[in-house]
Amino acid sequence: MNKREMVIIGGGPAGLTAAIEAAKRNVDVLLIDESIKPGGQLFKQIHKFFGSSAHRSGTRGIDIGKDLVAEADQLGVDLWLNSVVSGLFKEKNIAVERQLEDGSKKMEKIEAEKIVIATGASENAINFEGWTLPGVMGAGAAQTMINVHRVLPGEKVLMIGSGNVGLIVSYQLLQSGADVVGLVEAAPSIGGYGVHAAKIERAGVPIFTRHTIVEAKGDEKTGVKSAVIAEVDKNWEIITGTEKEFEVDVITIAAGLKPLGELANMHGCQKSYIPELGGWVPIHNENMESTCEGIYVVGDVTGVEEANTALEEGRLAGIDAALKLNYIDESEANNIKDEIRKRVNGLRLGPFGEKRLKAKERLIEDYQNLSNIVK
Amino acid sequence: MNKRIESHPILGDKKINNMVEITVDGQKIKAEKGEMIAAALHANGIRINRYTVKRKEPRGIFCGIGQCTDCAMIVDGKPNVRTCVTPVKEGMVIETQHGVGKGEKEHE
Repeated sequence: MNKREMVIIGGGPAGLTAAIEAAKRNVDVLLIDESIKPGGQLFKQIHKFFGSSAHRSGTRGIDIGKDLVAEADQLGVDLWLNSVVSGLFKEKNIAVERQLEDGSKKMEKIEAEKIVIATGASENAINFEGWTLPGVMGAGAAQTMINVHRVLPGEKVLMIGSGNVGLIVSYQLLQSGADVVGLVEAAPSIGGYGVHAAKIERAGVPIFTRHTIVEAKGDEKTGVKSAVIAEVDKNWEIITGTEKEFEVDVITIAAGLKPLGELANMHGCQKSYIPELGGWVPIHNENMESTCEGIYVVGDVTGVEEANTALEEGRLAGIDAALKLNYIDESEANNIKDEIRKRVNGLRLGPFGEKRLKAKERLIEDYQNLSNIVK
Repeated sequence: MNKRIESHPILGDKKINNMVEITVDGQKIKAEKGEMIAAALHANGIRINRYTVKRKEPRGIFCGIGQCTDCAMIVDGKPNVRTCVTPVKEGMVIETQHGVGKGEKEHE
């Protein structure tokens, strides 16, 4: 049995900052990621981030990712890549299928003093006639293809969903040379930020609000050949006779994300259902600690937001873990935590952010109510 | 149409220097050294990775990050390999997977 002070599961933005903050205070940190390289989904985010200068607004996600990976490396964070955590058992025992240097895999057990779950979220699918045809894919999948692999998934794309992911990926598809024939949104108005919507509208891409996807047409040999959309009424029902057909070879779905809370569930961490945050999420206190002592939940796994908020939540967990492991004194830790909390709440402003802020407050309330009952 | 994005307004130009040769269902294709199998296939116009067990329906990449397993294929005789997160290697032999794929020569 391996014994480690702190094990972080998931090397995206939240996992990386948790690792960095703890390693800076000399905590022994092991970061485990299932991918070939760390960074999570930062490397497909080639757009500039929002926020204040403290959040490096105006910097592209891909550059933030490079810097974080370099910093973690410099601080001596132990990194296991291509390694999958398959179980989280009582008393913070971790089962991991570790890839060794020769490429072979080996099951290992680790006993950790502190665990940070930073497993992120996965894209939601939506169900319509033909949705399993090759060519129908997540917007994030298309984004990975163009920005990471630099291969176009197709020539003509229809985007379903006008949240920020749908808007940003549409623009990035245009930047890659694809033709985006339109964006479909069932709600009466565009879901994401106006600044992103304006970019694709300026490029001449039509946005069909109050419309939905009806069918992906194609065949078994080639996949998607066209897409049928139609108007919806106030009850979200399709209005027959309003169908439009587009010749496309790719249909991308941007219908939100779902937190990947399996490991937290497995350990028995309590969860709440909070639709604004993506559904069932493990709940936590103001230090990002779940209802299981010593297990932290950070980033999208505890509420789908943005990379910026994930970065701050990771930092909070990293500092708190360093404090509980006696690597930093309490007054210093509290000062840093206060600053982080101010910054993270600064990201939850405006009509979109406020909804998330309230949802997050409810999540922490749930944690407090629960600990009152337990006491 | 060239599916490889050679020039990009943000990411800049990309020249592919190291190519490897892989075999897909008996056909030899060129891939960039170290790129993901699914990306190499897409660049060569191939986007069907497998056919489902019961209804024999085609599947292609869906999540692109190793979570959904829709892109599974038989790679060097091993079935159920997630091609979106597995890099190509010189001489790799890739086959479209039918059903669960029981291993070399046994599938379908």
